[in-house]
Amino acid sequence: MVFVLLLLCAFFSAKTYKEQSPTGEAAAKDVAAAILEDFKNAPRVLIVTSEQPGDAAFSKKLERDLLASGVRILGIAKGEPKDAREALQKIVTASEKLEAIACTQVTGGWLLFSDLKTSFPALGEPKVITPKTYRWPDFLKSDNLLNIANQIAVIAIVAIGMTLVIITGGIDLSVGSLLALSAVLAAKFIRDFAGGMTATPMGMLLACVVSILLCGVVGLFSGLMITRFGIPPFIVTLAMMLVGSGLAYIIAKGQSIYQISDSFVWLGRGADFFELPNAVVLMLILYALAHILMSRMKQGRYLYAVGGNREAARLSGVPVQRVLMFAYIASALLAGLGGVIMASQLKSGSPTYGTMYELYVIAAVVVGGTSLSGGEGKMFGTLTGAFTIAVIQNGMNLTDVESYTQKVVLGLVILGAVLLDRNRHRA
Amino acid sequence: MIDTAPLLEMRGIVKSFPGVQALRGVNLTLHAGEVLALLGENGAGKSTLMKVLGGADHADQGGILIDGREIPFHSLKDSRSAGVAVIYQEFNLVPSLTASENLFLGHEITRGGFVARNQERRSATELFKRLGVEIDIDTPCRRLSTAQQQLVEIAKALAFDARIIVMDEPSATLTSYEVGRLFEIIRDLKRQGIGIIYISHRLDEIAAIADRVTVLRDGKNVGDRPIKQITRNEMIELMVGRDLKDEFPKRNSMIGATRLEATGLRRGRTVQNVSLTVRRGEILALTGLVGAGRTETVRLIFGADARDAGTIRLDGKELTIRSPKEAISLGIGLLTEDRKLQGLILKHSVRENFGLPNLTWLSHRGFVRQSRERRELDHYIGLLKIKVSNQEQISNHLSGGNQQKVVLSKWLARNCEVLIFDEPTRGIDVGAKYEIYLLMNELAAAGKAIIMISSEFPEVLGMADRILVMHEGRVTGEIKDVRQATQEQIMQLAMS
Repeated sequence: MVFVLLLLCAFFSAKTYKEQSPTGEAAAKDVAAAILEDFKNAPRVLIVTSEQPGDAAFSKKLERDLLASGVRILGIAKGEPKDAREALQKIVTASEKLEAIACTQVTGGWLLFSDLKTSFPALGEPKVITPKTYRWPDFLKSDNLLNIANQIAVIAIVAIGMTLVIITGGIDLSVGSLLALSAVLAAKFIRDFAGGMTATPMGMLLACVVSILLCGVVGLFSGLMITRFGIPPFIVTLAMMLVGSGLAYIIAKGQSIYQISDSFVWLGRGADFFELPNAVVLMLILYALAHILMSRMKQGRYLYAVGGNREAARLSGVPVQRVLMFAYIASALLAGLGGVIMASQLKSGSPTYGTMYELYVIAAVVVGGTSLSGGEGKMFGTLTGAFTIAVIQNGMNLTDVESYTQKVVLGLVILGAVLLDRNRHRA
Repeated sequence: MIDTAPLLEMRGIVKSFPGVQALRGVNLTLHAGEVLALLGENGAGKSTLMKVLGGADHADQGGILIDGREIPFHSLKDSRSAGVAVIYQEFNLVPSLTASENLFLGHEITRGGFVARNQERRSATELFKRLGVEIDIDTPCRRLSTAQQQLVEIAKALAFDARIIVMDEPSATLTSYEVGRLFEIIRDLKRQGIGIIYISHRLDEIAAIADRVTVLRDGKNVGDRPIKQITRNEMIELMVGRDLKDEFPKRNSMIGATRLEATGLRRGRTVQNVSLTVRRGEILALTGLVGAGRTETVRLIFGADARDAGTIRLDGKELTIRSPKEAISLGIGLLTEDRKLQGLILKHSVRENFGLPNLTWLSHRGFVRQSRERRELDHYIGLLKIKVSNQEQISNHLSGGNQQKVVLSKWLARNCEVLIFDEPTRGIDVGAKYEIYLLMNELAAAGKAIIMISSEFPEVLGMADRILVMHEGRVTGEIKDVRQATQEQIMQLAMS
């Protein structure tokens, strides 16, 4: 399945391959280098930027770098062409000459600069320096890749629990609703008991932990229904899906709960470890732990055994009921965690979160190679499956596929990906 | 009854699988109206050859002739239209459908798109009457006993008007009465000119029903003789390639104190007030006819089923055993009757299956010591001579005998003090059987208490120190002096 994922990445890279131009500090470095290379004797420079994101950073860094190299900055224009015109005028009035005009990709293209000889002859013949362009796929830009990871983090984390359940031969349809329930509970606890807009980190943490544990209780209930009463997992978790969603709406009174402190977004939007989004870091840690569980620990072997042949496992001394409870509780807890992360990403808890998520989560697990009949499947396979879905969606966004069409395409591509993967294994 | 061209001729059949050459140029002939016994150890190629004949597998080389004409056998359809019906050892019935529905599965009698159910039911009733069997044709097959399901399978083949019928170990789960009926039906089919290939390990039965014998060994036909011209020993020799002086190894039993004592075990109507004891170093055989309640009894001891009444004592101490997990931790192990459904996780590797009941002592703080697991398994692969390409091989790909050895290895590694073997040599070739008997003797010599369930009276007489016979949920007799006992004696008790 990794092969298919790489294939999709290659495809979208090819489709979004175009001229790129750096912005911000990277652009500044480039322009500064170009200026210093072309002009050896303390050149005089005008910096021109606009209101684009990154331009402020561009301007600041460029100013610093140029000054450090002995360049004389005769002006910094910011905003519209007329601001640049004014700056040029000022330089002319001061009887100064200009060697270079340092621009961003955008400002360099202004009409104003196309015919400087005629409009501002007194300036000498300043060269317009813009950052060097390069060719690179939009898809592979680090911003985009991190975006993909961040988008899929919630689904991927919930998919860990789903993988456990599916490996035991069951299914958990309630995860989407539990996600909503947990988001709503966390938001409500923060708003009503932890101080709302002025909540402390400890208060918010506690609210989140309690919400997740409450989801775990639902998982416990599902597990009991399945093991003690022998009701098929499909039915039990379907019922819990409805109950969970209903409860979420009741608790939130149908509204979105948003009176939450700004610092709550640390988990969902922060990026404290090597520029990776915190949610992505958490996802990677959880996957590493889950992988160790399944590949090296006794409990992992028991999970596979229960799914592979429940009766044979029982007759070999596996505590089947306990193993099943573990799977369903884990799934519920991870769904709860997913809800908390989502609430953190959106700085609010709404009962509409996670709608249809169970299907995407199951898709990630199945696309990742885990069999719905149980007994086999790898954690990292699920991660690959989740990324495959995310890549498909992201790629379609980048290539401007209409959002309704995207759904059709996603469904078909998932099918195609699994077919392709099966064929390769058969060959 | 011999025509000019044989009914069936398989010539030079070659078939290989990754890593093994199953058939190396096999020739086989079958005449109309004859019963041909196909003998061979597990892994000799019998099943593969029959799969080729049945259209389930495609031969790499060689051809199949019906009535002297070569016919393609690429699919089940080809095989069926050539008049071949194969009754496999594992049943091919849909458990939720009735006997009548299963009979006509795939070739329902229809009228204008609708299934003519009454006509089917009439045909089915007639067919079962011919077989002399009383089966409610409207019961879902999963509610029929194993023996009854077997008979439905046979009826299915007959419903196809086959000219060649292959029966793979058909008598394994039948009572002697039913086997007798089966043989009458087979003789009836012979008179109609149908040719039958009969695969079985029960040499006594073969002597009773077969006209000719073909022996396969290591993928080749090593012997083809009329039944009157071959002795039981010669059959074994051809199968194994060596002379087996004794089918059962000698032993000197050193029997010690009582290890396990079960009194008054009861569960519904299947187990009624059964008591048994087994001592250290002793092999207790639990025998009887199919349906006597032996497996059900040992399942109570193992905690696999809940008992309505009864006590179990291990070394004098009374135990509450409520689950297999508890029984295992107390040192009791059960090798189930059905290794595929209950003994192994077929889609998992040999190593994973071996490790499963042993993870409690192979793990440290929740982590499995994988190198130790591999070493232990290597030890048992060598000890039991298990034929595997490597430890990660999927269990489903092993032959029946090797699968049984894997099941055995996992319990041996557990070092159980009480071992219950439920039909340990069923469907296993002569050579491997001997190895298992040797192993059982060694275990007994090491002081283990062994309960062996077996339906093969020669095996019971050859291996046991003491025999308990059951019939319909009760113990009908105990034989303490096995050396003087006879098969007739056991049969008497088994039917009383």
